[in-house]
Amino acid sequence: MAQVKTAEFKKISKQAIKNEKLQHSLDHVMEHFVSARSSIIDQDIGAENWELLRTRAASIKQSTIENLDYYLDLVDKNVRRNGGYVHFANDANEANQIVLDIAKRNEVKTVIKSKSMVSEEMGINEVLEKAGIEPVETDLGEYIIQLAGETPFHIIAPAMHKTKEEVSDLFQDWLKTAPTQDIKRLCIYARDALREKFATAEMGISGANFVVAETGTVCLVTNEGNGRMTTSAPRVHVVLAGMEKIVPAIEDLALFLRLLPRSATGQRITSYNTFASGPRNQSDEDGPEEFHLVIVDNGRMNLLKDEEMREALRCIRCGACLNHCPVYKKIGGHAYGWVYSGPIGAIVTPPMTNMKVASDLPYASTLCGTCRDVCPVKIDIPKLLLHLRHKVAEGSSSERGSAWMERLFIGQWHKTVRNRKSLERRVKLARIFLKPISRNGKIKKLRAPMVSGWTNSRDFPALAPKSFGDIWKSSLSGNNGNRNQ
Amino acid sequence: MLRSKFQNSFHKNIAQIVSLLSNICYLRRVVRRRGWSRFSNRPKAKLKAALCVTCLIDQFYPEVGEAVVKVLRGQGVDVSFPEDQTCCGQIAFNGGFRNDAADVAQHFMDLFENEEHVVVPSGSCTSMIKIYYQELFKDDPEQLERAKAIAEKTYEFSDFLVNVVGQSDVGASSYGLITYHDACHLLRELGISKEPRELIGNVDGVEIQEMHDSDSCCGFGGLFSVKFPDISAAILEEKIKNIIDSGAGTLVANDCGCLMQIRGAMQRKNLNVRAVHIAELLAEGE
Repeated sequence: MAQVKTAEFKKISKQAIKNEKLQHSLDHVMEHFVSARSSIIDQDIGAENWELLRTRAASIKQSTIENLDYYLDLVDKNVRRNGGYVHFANDANEANQIVLDIAKRNEVKTVIKSKSMVSEEMGINEVLEKAGIEPVETDLGEYIIQLAGETPFHIIAPAMHKTKEEVSDLFQDWLKTAPTQDIKRLCIYARDALREKFATAEMGISGANFVVAETGTVCLVTNEGNGRMTTSAPRVHVVLAGMEKIVPAIEDLALFLRLLPRSATGQRITSYNTFASGPRNQSDEDGPEEFHLVIVDNGRMNLLKDEEMREALRCIRCGACLNHCPVYKKIGGHAYGWVYSGPIGAIVTPPMTNMKVASDLPYASTLCGTCRDVCPVKIDIPKLLLHLRHKVAEGSSSERGSAWMERLFIGQWHKTVRNRKSLERRVKLARIFLKPISRNGKIKKLRAPMVSGWTNSRDFPALAPKSFGDIWKSSLSGNNGNRNQ
Repeated sequence: MLRSKFQNSFHKNIAQIVSLLSNICYLRRVVRRRGWSRFSNRPKAKLKAALCVTCLIDQFYPEVGEAVVKVLRGQGVDVSFPEDQTCCGQIAFNGGFRNDAADVAQHFMDLFENEEHVVVPSGSCTSMIKIYYQELFKDDPEQLERAKAIAEKTYEFSDFLVNVVGQSDVGASSYGLITYHDACHLLRELGISKEPRELIGNVDGVEIQEMHDSDSCCGFGGLFSVKFPDISAAILEEKIKNIIDSGAGTLVANDCGCLMQIRGAMQRKNLNVRAVHIAELLAEGE
């Protein structure tokens, strides 16, 4: 499984904020996604209808998740009826082993991959490489970060942090191409390199945007056409799907294929919508001879068994919450330390991986609520963040994180505000302590360990000489009705 | 003959009385609907509001509390201040410490549950009381009932003025261009964005100049700004830029958390934009 590096959240986010080039890319790309989304919704759907679509999508996904056992059975039955194989993997290791076995049985030397976030969870590229099999990412963004040896920076735009100069350098190193600043030319280089792989690879691994239970169909949404090549050119097609990817019926795609591209890239429809229902029939001219669907749990059960967290499984990985998150927009995706970043990463990473290691993530939000408002399946992300914070602060011993700063601060706060008398007593004391460093109603530098960061870039207000409570008692109470006071 | 004449005039009288009564009823309805209360002869019962002043205003910005009292009293509202109040408990709740939060929230409910209206000059504290108390007490039916009851009568300051008092022009006057920052919880938890703008727009002598992304977060987030000061400051930087670019001389917000953050940066950078709570603006020039 991909390593969880969330413990370095603060360090990596600080570096990202200081990196001007990165800030420029973030501003530029996020602004583009946000405005494209809102204008496309205004243009052809309208806010009111959009709300209806969201509500419908949320209820379909929720009911599917609530009845997941039934739908998993249905998927299993229908994929097998179509001539495919279905595998269930409890965790990343099992999933990797399943894929490896299929590859070995088919004497695979090269695997082409279209974009799959589950495969990032599994860290399958590394596993394949160790077994002497060459994995090649064919989504342009994924290809770039594969060459760079990095993890995705964004759910749908994995290499958005890379400039054309950096890509040119990478291609020069790996593909021995001439340096260029022309993006079209860079695309042609990648295309030429990948064509060869498409033609020779024995196995294609794809993700799944949706798995239709009723028909056993896997639906892929892409813009580059590489997904269709991956699912049709090689002899063996392996689909990796998180177990939450199921929708009940093919009609449901009419709804989800409206929501997904609009939320993600602000497109009405993506360039390719690929539907794969098993291996080729005898009458088909092309298509894979073998079709495998690997349904992966890998921590999703932890979300499912917690009634509050369950709704996080409605996620269709559009990335809208990232694009609109004030925190993500400043720190980007790598600080989150695992596969998923932004608000959705902050809620799924701790339960899916390790609550203790990822305990910073639920706190890494201002709770501004924008993510909830733009989510196409109405996941109440702020509520789930609060739920996780509760677990970190007061949960069972396996869930509880250190959160020492909060524990100390809230402990003192509670002693202060439990009643007015102790509040007044403690504020009086604080006034005495803060007086020497307060000038003109403000504090320029707080030197206490936890709070000193605040005054690095802004002033902190001094405590008022008299609280409102005091002022009320001395001059405001009993003045009701006197309008001219 | 005589009898029929008498009957005729009797019926006429009845008809006249009925039409007179219905006219009176209609007029009274019009008077009430248009808010011409001074024409209505019956003295209106005074609205009562208990002020939950919030801990930030209480200890850091008492002048905002004074402005709230002045504006509400100016509208004939009978304002009271339950003197034992401390905090709504949001900071503990947001930190995940629900036991401590519940303790403080119960103290709040003890103090305020018998009041007619609870008015809070902060979108964030209002949403804690109105929405998140019910999350906090979801497993405690008795407290949950109390939380629901108190949610019904708790209002953010501008919401109370416009939708309960029924007044969007409080007769204030100020000057210059004003830009308004939508505090996150006020906007996205409570859905309030038009009321403050109405109130500001009706202040004599000012003009509203919307900033780019007025609804984006200022980066405060309570404990967030202490735990992740660098991220918080980076988000704030963008807000400050949008405020400056608007060209306004005054920034108004309904939440002292945002104002603490925004003012802090304005002061540090010596920027010539004043950042005030909406109540302070509405208390000006009376």
